[in-house]
Amino acid sequence: MPDVRDRQISLELSGITKVFPGAVALNRVSLTIRGGEVVGLIGENGAGKSTLMKVLGGAIEPDQGSLVIDGETVTALTPARATRLGIAFVHQELNPFSNLDVTANVLLGREMRSGMLGLLDRSSMEKKVAPILELLGTRFGPRDPVSALSLADLQLLEIARALSINVRLLILDEPTSSLTISETSRLLEVVRKLRADGVAVLFITHRLTEIVDVADRVVALRDGCNAGELSRGEITRDRMVRMMIGRDVSQFYETSDHAAGRPVLELKGLRTRAYPHQAVDLCLRAGEILCLAGLVGAGRTELARAIFGIDPVEGGRIEIDGKPLAGNSVPHAIAAGICLVPEDRKTEGLFLDFAILENIAMPSHAALSRKGFVDLGAETRLADAAKRKLRIKASSLGRAVAELSGGNQQKVVLAKWLAMKPKLIILDEPTRGIDVGAKAEVYHLMQQLAAEGVALLMISSDMEEVIGISDRVAVMCRGRIAGVLGRGDLTEENILRLAVE
Amino acid sequence: MQKKDIGLATLVVTVGAIVAMVNPRFLSPVNLANTANLIGLFGLFSIAEAFVIVTAGIELSIGSVIALIGVIFVDLIASHGVPWPIALLIIMALSVLIGLLHGWLITRLRLQPFVVTLCGLLIYRGVARFYTRDGTAGFTFGSDFPILEFLVSGRTAGVPHSVIAFGLVAVVAWFLLHRTVFGRHLFAVGKNAEAARYSGINTNRVIIQAYVLCIFLTGISAVFFAMYTRSVQPSSHGNFYELYGIAAAVLGGFSLRGGEGSVVGVVLGVILLQILQNLVNLLGIPSSLNFAVMGSVILAGVIADTQFSRYREARRQQLAMSAIRDSKED
Repeated sequence: MPDVRDRQISLELSGITKVFPGAVALNRVSLTIRGGEVVGLIGENGAGKSTLMKVLGGAIEPDQGSLVIDGETVTALTPARATRLGIAFVHQELNPFSNLDVTANVLLGREMRSGMLGLLDRSSMEKKVAPILELLGTRFGPRDPVSALSLADLQLLEIARALSINVRLLILDEPTSSLTISETSRLLEVVRKLRADGVAVLFITHRLTEIVDVADRVVALRDGCNAGELSRGEITRDRMVRMMIGRDVSQFYETSDHAAGRPVLELKGLRTRAYPHQAVDLCLRAGEILCLAGLVGAGRTELARAIFGIDPVEGGRIEIDGKPLAGNSVPHAIAAGICLVPEDRKTEGLFLDFAILENIAMPSHAALSRKGFVDLGAETRLADAAKRKLRIKASSLGRAVAELSGGNQQKVVLAKWLAMKPKLIILDEPTRGIDVGAKAEVYHLMQQLAAEGVALLMISSDMEEVIGISDRVAVMCRGRIAGVLGRGDLTEENILRLAVE
Repeated sequence: MQKKDIGLATLVVTVGAIVAMVNPRFLSPVNLANTANLIGLFGLFSIAEAFVIVTAGIELSIGSVIALIGVIFVDLIASHGVPWPIALLIIMALSVLIGLLHGWLITRLRLQPFVVTLCGLLIYRGVARFYTRDGTAGFTFGSDFPILEFLVSGRTAGVPHSVIAFGLVAVVAWFLLHRTVFGRHLFAVGKNAEAARYSGINTNRVIIQAYVLCIFLTGISAVFFAMYTRSVQPSSHGNFYELYGIAAAVLGGFSLRGGEGSVVGVVLGVILLQILQNLVNLLGIPSSLNFAVMGSVILAGVIADTQFSRYREARRQQLAMSAIRDSKED
């Protein structure tokens, strides 16, 4: 049907309602979009953005509401039908087939065949994929194995897959969360080019500057309902934030004035598996927030994993309160008062199918037990206190963590460690993929912990956050500490200069 | 979990009632005692299997271990004159060693549980047959061990001791799995080993403990089986028992993906499977159809379970929808 593909899309959603057990994800939501238009979709985590996108992609059937595409009402949209209508969807979660190469991934399910036997026509497939990769300016080619690609490359691969279907509506769900600054600007360039070609682009992101850069219109969702719309001229950061959370955020980053105390963590010539020839020396004091900045692959996560005992240490010493760790394992680290909020909360931080209570109590089971028996009463009190302190939004502690929004899930990960009364908390990208409101709460909590004398080591790629919250920043480059900046020297330029040196 | 158990209990009672109505002999004391005895015997290793399945593992060598431990136990006593308490201690130690070996291969050498225990299934069966030169290990005529026989195959007030042992093991297993820190860790490791490691759980140790516990219990059940049959024919003794244990666990709500299941469920699963065996005998169904009946019931049970949970999901959805509609009218 070439006629459908060539026409610009006009799409209208109205009165969309979707209910999940225990939560109303969407409540009479409306949205329109036309070809040649970039619409930014914003909202806190749990506001219903992802659910709305899944409705558009045909992955979820709404309980109520209508979907009109090109003037025709569409019922029972399936992912296959959505693809035929020219709707392409770039997921927030990446699911590449790491056993296949780039071409096979981009054209998966739409492979080209030739000859009597219908064998794969590799050369035509590569010819089709190559120009798309060129448009995106990727570092990888059509024949590269996907297993060798970085997280950012995989994101671009996913976008290439969407572009390969002659797209009329491109839905991007947080496409830049793992991209560097230059990759992001490249992607925004592609979005502008697609708009010029008459494609409609629906852009979901937590990075509001990107919306200011590229969107023609902004639609905000709050608690599953429409929360307002802004046209091009009205788009400002403040107005977007106000629509999303329904109030002003007067002071987002709190500056801390607490004096750093005794040294809590000292690394002496620590060498990790990722960079076995680089020795790292670092000292972190009580009440201090130290940020590890640097490019993806600089060895920051590997350093955190080594301190926490996930990965073996290749050499050097880790000292807590002046005493070396008794051993290199997670239980030893926890016993010494170290805890880690991992980078990937869904696989490393949480048991998604387990109840909130069970997740929060998991590291404390042994400490709260009576002769090996679980003390349910003590665990409930612990989890209940944590739920109130961190303001975890959930109807009960018995709910599965999978039913919570990203921000609330992250709070559960934090809650499970706070119960341990840690001396040192390592936070690896603690606010990745969580909304403005939850971010502010995480920052507030970090400041509160620092004031209580806990040492915090944060890994972050969000410059704004690094500069906004840190007392000191240690910039890593290829496994070594390239330099440490105090509050006075904290500028984006200084950090980047050290990071790429 | 609770609801699943209630559903299964209802099924057990229903099937039992139907069999009793068609053939009243089902409720005769002799038949009940025999069936109960078999429930006890098969229940011991089914619980053992469940402890491994909950960690997302599998233990395929149970039948072969029962044969190997069985021939060694009988041979030690009958041919070598070893006092039975010593023989018991020896086979307990041997079971623990086998469990340690499986756990070590799975955690340290990172082999897949299926492969490790499949090799175990072949190896122990072969060793058992070689050990007796493919002959039958049995007690010589007239030999008699009153205390051992009373403990293992005797009865108290008409209740076979295998049932009492099964009951005790089930109670301990219930506390262990559902009320202790070790149990929580078993579920955690089975559900998400990575997150368990990040929570400070020594996942390797938990997995090794699960296999040791499993084979230890299997060793105990091997003694019960050896004393039940009185002679052990190593090429057929205990054949397919591992699959029986897996079936009971799955029927009882354990997921082969790990992290799910309850001891009450596996106990009910064992009971249901034995009633079905009994049903085949009592209703005059050709005994060749034995496995077919068992397989069909398990399949039906699993299908019913998934359908019920879909139905529950749909109902919850409807309730939530009507709640919004009500709030709209306000």
